[in-house]
Amino acid sequence: MVQSYFSQIDSLEGELATLNLGPTHPATHGIFQNVLKMDGERIVSAEPTIGYIHRAFEKLAEHRPYNQVTPITDRLNYCSSPINNIGWHLTVEKLAKIEVPKRAQYMRVIMMELARIADHLICNSVIGVDTGALTGFTYMFQERERIYELYEEVCGARLTTNIGRIGGMERDFSTVFHEKLRDFMKTFPARFEEFNNLLARNRIFMDRTIGVGPISAERAMAYGFTGPNLRAAGVDYDVRVMEPYSSYEDFDFLIPVGKDGDTYDRFVVRQEEIRQSLRIIEQAYSKLPEGPYYTDVPDYFLPPKDEVYTKMEALIYHFKIVMGEIPIPEGEVYQAVEGGNGELGFYLISDGGRQPYRLHFRRPCFIYYQAYPEMIKGSLLSDAILTMSSMNVIAGELDA
Amino acid sequence: MKLDNDTLQAHIEQKAPQFVKNIELALDGTLTLETDRAQILDCLQFLRDDEGLQFHFLTSLCCVHYPDHAGREFGIVYLLHNWRSQTRLRVKIFFPADDPHVPSATALWPTANWMERQEYDFFGIIFTGHPDLKRILNVDDLDVFPMRKEYRLEDGTRTDKDDRFFGRTGNFDRRFD
Repeated sequence: MVQSYFSQIDSLEGELATLNLGPTHPATHGIFQNVLKMDGERIVSAEPTIGYIHRAFEKLAEHRPYNQVTPITDRLNYCSSPINNIGWHLTVEKLAKIEVPKRAQYMRVIMMELARIADHLICNSVIGVDTGALTGFTYMFQERERIYELYEEVCGARLTTNIGRIGGMERDFSTVFHEKLRDFMKTFPARFEEFNNLLARNRIFMDRTIGVGPISAERAMAYGFTGPNLRAAGVDYDVRVMEPYSSYEDFDFLIPVGKDGDTYDRFVVRQEEIRQSLRIIEQAYSKLPEGPYYTDVPDYFLPPKDEVYTKMEALIYHFKIVMGEIPIPEGEVYQAVEGGNGELGFYLISDGGRQPYRLHFRRPCFIYYQAYPEMIKGSLLSDAILTMSSMNVIAGELDA
Repeated sequence: MKLDNDTLQAHIEQKAPQFVKNIELALDGTLTLETDRAQILDCLQFLRDDEGLQFHFLTSLCCVHYPDHAGREFGIVYLLHNWRSQTRLRVKIFFPADDPHVPSATALWPTANWMERQEYDFFGIIFTGHPDLKRILNVDDLDVFPMRKEYRLEDGTRTDKDDRFFGRTGNFDRRFD
């Protein structure tokens, strides 16, 4: 009996085991599958399968008037929806040549940087969870909750924000928003540094992340990396600086870069980006210009709801905008914004019709996730999990 | 420093006139170069490796379907970017629907791999030389290429969204679904 058992083991030697990581696995933080070929604990090869939450956004966008495309963009990277929304508004504004007042631009910058903080907080605290440190995650989720309350004050929604409008913002900052933002800016930095102290110089955390899932700058660029993952590899490419939009050129901030492109560098780059985002918010908030929060473009800017109910003109424009009866020039534009994960691009072809003729989303997640098999080849399974969480792969953006 | 469009255009026209089928400025001020499908790889390689151009980064690529343009039904748009001079360039090719074959750019940029799989998945463009051309976002046994314009957003046989239910009559060939 004993002998036959061991002979069976001998016959298994040299054979590779197949492991399905996902589609629903607590460590993938989203629905995507990896079929791993394992030699013991080592990964020999990986085959990612994606598309589990594909919702045909590019097709949907071809059948919706311009202002109704905004809710689709919410659902790309749902950890930082305001950046996606505003990126889309900027695209349409570029097409229709709408100039947005300074106040609206600064308001947008504040919302986008809050979104970036929320996005990076999730990613970094989840790296902590995957190394076995749940504490930081629970505290940072409280802070994220406060950011969501700030969204709520501006647009009424928390996750799928649909924030802003083509031509400006939907409403001015309320007094409650001002109070909450001041409170957030006063208390968040200290709490964030506490979180940073939990992990950044923690021996266990460093041992688990340094040298895990590295990628060189050359490979990263060949794979189309952008955002924090590219900067962790040492390339200082940031759309906010390269092609400033929404008045980013007015603010003073640094672009942190890493050296090795490993999990630890990605973590540290995101941590530093949160600090820089706070700097941007401080500058934008202290210099918030007076004036209107939207442009006078009734053809595009959705009128406030109370006017729709009381004024004839507002009702007419509301109807025209919702039905897509707005003047749209023919042409092609590409607008990029620095999303939570990198360059989020909107390539829009308009034929002058009421919905886009073709809208292509350049989704940073989708583009850099294809490097994942190369990054985890030869590593341990537990390191592969860490690499995935530090790449911040968001299923909504991956699958569109 | 930004490489301005006039210099860029002059440089391309002088050094590689064989690639220029048409060159124009898009609405957003990006130079758009149209070239022949047969020499698209040479063209992309020239744009990437030429000293004065260095479009080293493939931002994205996408397919566009123009069912009304006879002989030019499909187009592939390559969005290129030069980070050093902060210049963008678009390269376009057009080809007929009955021959949807395009040389794969995966040898130039590994990142083209999934981008091309995506366009194959949605438009049925065959990228010749692609290492692993199969569906990526849709299910494997889907038998249509859904982003082509002939496919409606919803099932055309649906009756629950008939305009008559909203108090209207007549056959509205609505482009809204």
